[in-house]
Amino acid sequence: MSFKIVVLAKQVPDTHNVGADAMNPDGTVNRAALPVVFNPEDLKALEMALRVKDQLPGATVTVVTMGPPRAAEIVKDARNRGADDGFVLSDMRFAGADTLATSYAISQAVKMLGQVDLIFGGRQAIDGDTAQVGPQVAEKLDIPQVTYAEELLAVDTKSITIRRRLEHGTECVKAQLPALVTVTSAGADCRFPNAHRMLRLAKDEVRMINADAIDADMDRLGLKGSPTKVKKIENVVLAHKESVVLEPTEAALNALSATLIQEHIL
Amino acid sequence: MNNVLVYCELSEKNTIADISLELCTKGRQLATRLGCRLQAAVLGSNVKAAAESLYPYGVDDVFLADDPRLSPYRTLPHFDVLSKLIRKEQPQIVLFGASSVGRDLAPRIASSLRCGLTADCTQLEIGPHDDPKTGKHYEDVLMQIRPAFGGNIIATIVCPETRPQMATVREGVMKKEIFDPAHKGTIVPVAVEASLAAADQAVQILSREIEEQKIDIKGAQIIVAGGYGMGSKENFQLLHQFARLIGASVGATRAAVDAGFTEADRQIGQTGVTVRPKLYIACGISGAVQHRAGMEQSAKIISINTDPEAPINAIADYTIVGDVMTVIPQFMACYKNNLK
Repeated sequence: MSFKIVVLAKQVPDTHNVGADAMNPDGTVNRAALPVVFNPEDLKALEMALRVKDQLPGATVTVVTMGPPRAAEIVKDARNRGADDGFVLSDMRFAGADTLATSYAISQAVKMLGQVDLIFGGRQAIDGDTAQVGPQVAEKLDIPQVTYAEELLAVDTKSITIRRRLEHGTECVKAQLPALVTVTSAGADCRFPNAHRMLRLAKDEVRMINADAIDADMDRLGLKGSPTKVKKIENVVLAHKESVVLEPTEAALNALSATLIQEHIL
Repeated sequence: MNNVLVYCELSEKNTIADISLELCTKGRQLATRLGCRLQAAVLGSNVKAAAESLYPYGVDDVFLADDPRLSPYRTLPHFDVLSKLIRKEQPQIVLFGASSVGRDLAPRIASSLRCGLTADCTQLEIGPHDDPKTGKHYEDVLMQIRPAFGGNIIATIVCPETRPQMATVREGVMKKEIFDPAHKGTIVPVAVEASLAAADQAVQILSREIEEQKIDIKGAQIIVAGGYGMGSKENFQLLHQFARLIGASVGATRAAVDAGFTEADRQIGQTGVTVRPKLYIACGISGAVQHRAGMEQSAKIISINTDPEAPINAIADYTIVGDVMTVIPQFMACYKNNLK
């Protein structure tokens, strides 16, 4: 049986561990100083994909990512955890892409894979938090989307049933395939890399795919294909108030609480 | 044509959601500045009353799509109806809530219309734009302002060449205000049959579970918020005791939520809620920009932190330099004494 699953993943700067040298003196981002990680929600998406594969014998999981050649690291990591294959969309012509141009490149790449049954991705990447690329890829492929997925409830070759997060609750939905699912941080943690796979796959290079290989309209790629333009970047200037600094002595705290009570704030 | 359009979400009670009313207030300002109409799209079932409730917020026209298949929200039916409506009406600006609905729908619409979309804007303004590369000048462009890259920078995004200009905004970031209680608009019915026949099939809702909203810090007058500096989930309990004593709600930073100290519903900041209490007590919070974006409009701010150089201290009215685990119990004792 051929059942094709694609996982969309991104290697991201670890914005949760930004050090003091993350910014250059001129206010630009010092990318070299930032450690990179497998975007956390994409790992949750990979796990959901692998669970589908576990349930549907013969299913394959292909990881698709876009970025510099270094992004091959996450394809290797995904393979070690159980993905069958993967490639990096890497080309200077993809650079500077906003979410629209990114989703166009990714959807063209997915089209090259032929009939795909399920696509998983993280809800959002920690370097932008936009949550846009998933729904945009679904639109470009003209397939339904199920966003904010938390749990895989059931899957067969025709449909998938998902529990997804709402603003104030959850709902269970059943989507006809093919469909695209985005997974939140509440998804199950990804299984660990497997030592046997690591040894076996260590020498397998990761394919790099350029813009010529995905039958793309070059005007819709990269900076050129991005309708959003950054007009201005400003360093955050802290609003500054006259701050009264208090030592944590009983007298000081006593006076403060008395003032707040007097001013009817407390 | 070329008006400002707000996509309105519905609450579980079939009223217009707060986030959408906040967007109408902002949309009214933008429409007045541009000299165009403010329009709203309401898609749901039995929502005529909800649609009419928008008039006092300054809405001139409400596009009303009323059909059982539009409630509860599902992506494809709403996508189909709204994308057709936008193609026909050609608004220059479309605003969405950065909610689970808006963040599901807006990107799909933007992809279909091949226009730009800026997520989680904290400010929206109208202004001119000069393209440095082409030298082209644009009047009256939507300035979409948001913190970026871990909150270390504030970016202004524009989409000069494509229309509509689309943005999402988180709940609580904009203020909801009655524009004019006597303002009257009109209902414009939207035909949905052709859209829904095809779009109704692909995804079915099997069941829904709506949780009682247990935590609501948005309207709190006093907030005691904890950051990563609280150290542990157990230490966070002290904040609850403190909050109970002074009649406050407990908030948190993203770092504290990510560390598992407390529930995500308590998160204050760019990717959480925005609050404007009369008193904000920041406990063990360093003050990342994203967090400050969600609380700096508080009337009074007290910071309790071991680090005298913590960025939050710069916006605090009072800074107490010390360990939260000793300062808070001390302060609680002083407060009790002063009440006597």
